[in-house]
Amino acid sequence: MAKIKGAIVVDIEKCKGCEVCVISCPTHVISMTKDVNGKGYHYAYMENPDSCTGCTNCAIVCPDGVISVYKIKVDA
Amino acid sequence: MQDTLTTKDIIKPENLVYSKTKLLTDTPLSYCPGCGHGTANRLVMEVIDEMGIQSQTIGIAPVGCSVLAYNFMNIDMIQAAHGRAPAVATAVKRVFPDKYVFTYQGDGDLAAIGTSETIHACNRGENITIVFINNGIYGMTGGQMAPTTLPNMKASTCPYGRDVEIMGHPLKITELVAQLPGTYYVTRQAVHTPAAVRKAKKAIRKAIENQKLKKGLSFVEIVSNCNSGWKMTPNDSNKWMEENMFPEYPMGDIKVPSEI
Amino acid sequence: MKELKLMKGNEAFAEGTIRAGADAYFGYPITPQSEVLEYLMTVRPYETTGMVVLQAESEIAAINMVYGGACCGKRVLTSSSSPGISLKQEGISYLAGAELPCVILNVVRGGPGLGTIQPSQSDYFQSVKGGGHGDYKCIVLAPSSVQEMYDFPKLGFELAFKYRNPVLILSDGIIGQMMEKVYLDESTPRWTEEEIIKNNSDWATTGKTSDRERNIITSLILEAAIQEKHVIKLYEKYKVIEDNEIRYEKFQCDDAEYLFVAYGSSARVCQKSVQLLREKGIKAGLLRPITLSPYPKKAIKDLSKQVKSIVVVEMSMGQMVEDVMLSVECKIPVNHFGRTGGVIPSPNEVADFMMKKIKGE
Repeated sequence: MAKIKGAIVVDIEKCKGCEVCVISCPTHVISMTKDVNGKGYHYAYMENPDSCTGCTNCAIVCPDGVISVYKIKVDA
Repeated sequence: MQDTLTTKDIIKPENLVYSKTKLLTDTPLSYCPGCGHGTANRLVMEVIDEMGIQSQTIGIAPVGCSVLAYNFMNIDMIQAAHGRAPAVATAVKRVFPDKYVFTYQGDGDLAAIGTSETIHACNRGENITIVFINNGIYGMTGGQMAPTTLPNMKASTCPYGRDVEIMGHPLKITELVAQLPGTYYVTRQAVHTPAAVRKAKKAIRKAIENQKLKKGLSFVEIVSNCNSGWKMTPNDSNKWMEENMFPEYPMGDIKVPSEI
Repeated sequence: MKELKLMKGNEAFAEGTIRAGADAYFGYPITPQSEVLEYLMTVRPYETTGMVVLQAESEIAAINMVYGGACCGKRVLTSSSSPGISLKQEGISYLAGAELPCVILNVVRGGPGLGTIQPSQSDYFQSVKGGGHGDYKCIVLAPSSVQEMYDFPKLGFELAFKYRNPVLILSDGIIGQMMEKVYLDESTPRWTEEEIIKNNSDWATTGKTSDRERNIITSLILEAAIQEKHVIKLYEKYKVIEDNEIRYEKFQCDDAEYLFVAYGSSARVCQKSVQLLREKGIKAGLLRPITLSPYPKKAIKDLSKQVKSIVVVEMSMGQMVEDVMLSVECKIPVNHFGRTGGVIPSPNEVADFMMKKIKGE
């Protein structure tokens, strides 16, 4: 059985920490860092990377277009 | 095998399934964190990218929060005087009838100062696309009452809430332009959830593709949040929008071209 | 070969725009210039040259349509009369700020307010001193005949594109409404799409191709220092225009001892007054500025060394007279004779006024 694994890359310096991606992720992958970026925003990161399915929901709702999504099909 | 698969193994160019379109420049957007403008800007550019019409598209930016849209959209752009984008777009389309022309306007620009230009461009059936962002407030100037501000909604020029007895009613300009024979496609969308974004993108694509048909104006309203103006967190503002804006401005197509 | 026709000023202007290779006209009816749009809609150049003609919903929409067409590197124009031109001022300021070429005709009527539909020259200040907000100048041409109403659209486009600047043609209700013979020349063809791209794609919004960066037309410059730099650049351009484009006409100035300075219809009146005065042995002459901006300051200053005094004749309470005074630097007396509110001065009253001033009354 094939399984989908995903991952996201956040453009940290452009993230404004709005958290819209956090609630849009169906598998609760994303959280905000305790650190801040150069503009003083907490930024999005994968807290639970194993749960990412690469569905792109976070990326398409991101108002600043800072999320890139990668996806791979792995055989079980 | 999956147990050994690391994030690093997934993040490879051949596995990329989504990234920001190249038709958005690398200039950081000037919008507030969580503002739907950024998503709407991106959707318009994604559609133009996917249609392969960068060299044939001219965009018109308004006055308001999206006045600087020309810094973000990697196409030829014109910045119009406040409210006049539909007049500017009319001329661009008339002198370049085969180009794709769109305006991107907020509620103050389109539904207050520019009401005349909006209605007449719609009524003439100009073969352009209007993308209208309705967040019920003047964002750029600091949260003043807009024509679309809801009854009892607070803004800096109606600090006790919009009293319709004194300040009039919210203007449903999208329903209004749908009545005009010159509009071909009129729809109301949102961009606050992944599902809404996917729908809105389809609507924008249709609205721009319609220009090829030369059958009139396509009008896409996007009901959006203004978390700074509404004084809420982005996620709270989106929830508030669903609960308060959507009943006044219901989602969905208002005028759909009938198939012949 | 030139074609000879009897035409109204407004019609001659309209015909001139077609023959100047205009791409689009956007207008709104107002007396006394509605014949421009009427003529164009009757002749229908959109079926021959492909020129767009559109009646806008307002003067504001019309000038912003001009802005849109000008952004595309096309030859576009509008026309109106005084109250309508007031409405266009924001758009003209944007056009000047964004350095866009276009032609705007003002067939002036008397004001202020709704005023009168009779001819006037009371929009001089509005035309040459800015009109809209901000630091900018239009090139201002003042026709005094129906022939010039025909000729100036072409000249206007030449200047507008040479300097990427709005050109205002400041006419009046007399010139717009009267009929005279006009020589019509060969038509200038409209630019092809290829020519537009070749001539203007370094700035115009013609569609971003892979061989160039995107073109952005805006007058928004948020940083004060950069806005200042932009305005200084505009004023350097205006200096070049002043050095190269001043136009005026002298009438019997060679031996003149007394000088009229007048433009447009008033210059025609003064031409007769010069004749009447010369019949009485007074050596009068006339200088008619054709460009009101840039203003022929040097030509007037040079003549001020020759003549004893100047009378400025205007159909206004005295607007251009200030520029004449600045030109002569208080070296000789400068008097103003004006009729306003739509009243046209007669050659006799103008000549009598000059006589009185000569006698020191």
